[in-house]
Amino acid sequence: MSKGIERPDEVYEALIELHRDLDDASSRRIDARLILLLAAEIGNADTLKRLIAAAREEADAGRGASSPTHGR
Amino acid sequence: MGRYQPPIYVYRSLGASRVGRRVVVVGAGPVGLALAIDLRLRGIDVALIDEDDTVSTGSRAICWAKRSLEIFDRLGVARPIVERGITWNTGKVFHRDRLVYGFNLLPETDHAFPAFVNLQQYHVEEALVARADALGAEVLWNHRLTGLDLRGQPTLTVDTPDGEVTIEADWVLACDGAKSQVRRLMGLDFRGQVFEDRFLIADVHMQAEFPTERWFWFDPPFHPGGSALLHRQADDIWRIDLQLGRDADPVEERKPERVVSRLRAMLGPDRRFELAWVSVYTFQCRRLERFRHGRVFFLGDAAHQVSPFGARGGNSGIQDADNLGWKLALVLKGAAPEHLLDSYDAERGPAADENILHSTRSTDFITPRSEASRRFRDAALSLAGDHGFARALVNSGRLSVASVYRNSPLSTPDVDAFPERLCPGSAAADARVGDEWLLPRLGGDDFTLLRFGSEDSEGIPSVDALGSSVARDRYGAESGTAYLIRPDQHVAARWRRPTREQVADALARATARVS
Repeated sequence: MSKGIERPDEVYEALIELHRDLDDASSRRIDARLILLLAAEIGNADTLKRLIAAAREEADAGRGASSPTHGR
Repeated sequence: MGRYQPPIYVYRSLGASRVGRRVVVVGAGPVGLALAIDLRLRGIDVALIDEDDTVSTGSRAICWAKRSLEIFDRLGVARPIVERGITWNTGKVFHRDRLVYGFNLLPETDHAFPAFVNLQQYHVEEALVARADALGAEVLWNHRLTGLDLRGQPTLTVDTPDGEVTIEADWVLACDGAKSQVRRLMGLDFRGQVFEDRFLIADVHMQAEFPTERWFWFDPPFHPGGSALLHRQADDIWRIDLQLGRDADPVEERKPERVVSRLRAMLGPDRRFELAWVSVYTFQCRRLERFRHGRVFFLGDAAHQVSPFGARGGNSGIQDADNLGWKLALVLKGAAPEHLLDSYDAERGPAADENILHSTRSTDFITPRSEASRRFRDAALSLAGDHGFARALVNSGRLSVASVYRNSPLSTPDVDAFPERLCPGSAAADARVGDEWLLPRLGGDDFTLLRFGSEDSEGIPSVDALGSSVARDRYGAESGTAYLIRPDQHVAARWRRPTREQVADALARATARVS
């Protein structure tokens, strides 16, 4: 499944650095751009849908609803 | 068990108003004491001055990493520290009310020492003082440095109960901590990053059945919005560390009733405990640009400072002492040229950068400085339960390990194929060889040739570990492999089947006899 992230601390630092000095709206826009770039790199639609469902899990769990497309 | 009673050490007068000493260590903390012991073991006379007459106040550094324990073992002080301390390898990370994951810092067996031993700094210092005394180090309590003249031979002005004393020294080793007087007297910049969040340390005396693990909470129910750390020390003392935030008032937060109410929330209303030490602190990550200034060297917090997450302060200081001791001894004995000492900065400078980098990243994760940073942190934490990749992002402290001296001028680059582990510059790995541990047989007084059935080399003590499958595995060794190990147990060179000339060349390079 997930390959994991190489040099995780370095990548994490780069992610935080990406947002330095941005206001919240800009931050969210940049995140959306990054998500689309990452999605294009992944390419495979089934994989992407599985990841989208996994990301949503927490929000749905918080509302007491279960995710309809539980891919795992 | 009563409150800790610190020892009062006896002041001894130098007996003259002007004296000469070859090596003067400034500061009798763990780093200065370790260095003095190391030099004494190598037959070097050393004087150590300290401004007061006792050990550290409060527990301060408590987590002693495997590499420090191995160094303490070489110095002959590991036993009292391990016996008195609390051995641990594992920990747990919590987010809000749930366990995110557990970790093991030493999943391998066959090591003499664990990942960590927790022991209050004052106990460690007591053990080191006893050892330094036994080895004949001249420990001068109540000797406060007030002046340093470096125009010719280093000359120290020292305030003592008998008045001012002048010490002419060949070498000055500044181990006098974050507020280094030597650094101040030399007017050196100490640059880096200041973190604004305040933290509370409370050492608590209590009987508790919590396991001997490092427990770390992000945003726990008992301390919403902050982080919390629980760690066991000797004598039923527990270290509790709570993030207070940027706006916390240090005077208010230090008040016992305030501290007790925070601890009640964490430990529950029925837990009986007693405060042993309280401190409210902020921290910095910073360093001197150079650790050698002519005949003055800086070690430990005097040279570099890190955040407490990762136990990289005390442990990196012990590694500094380990690195400088053998080099200074060789130079003083005329067995190596003086520029061998430049490799102290070349090796420990990058080590300090690495420690600062890790401790800065941990701090940024624990105390996010922007909304976006907080979002990523909470996302990583919320994914970490189900997704292994996210566990690798969660950073509650990257705990101290031995620095690898990559690109060291003393190392001979590999010419043969080897696994990455134990590349030149690495600290040697332990293993059982026959009935004995390997590390105590490596380095120390001299270089060692660690052989795996390979030929002996003239003039270098050697150990053959071919019979140990664990050692063969850790060193990626085949029959004929050899490692040249430095006196500080770091790898200088390795070969599949070395010639005598290759070993001699590597030894010359490792002692700066060729450049």
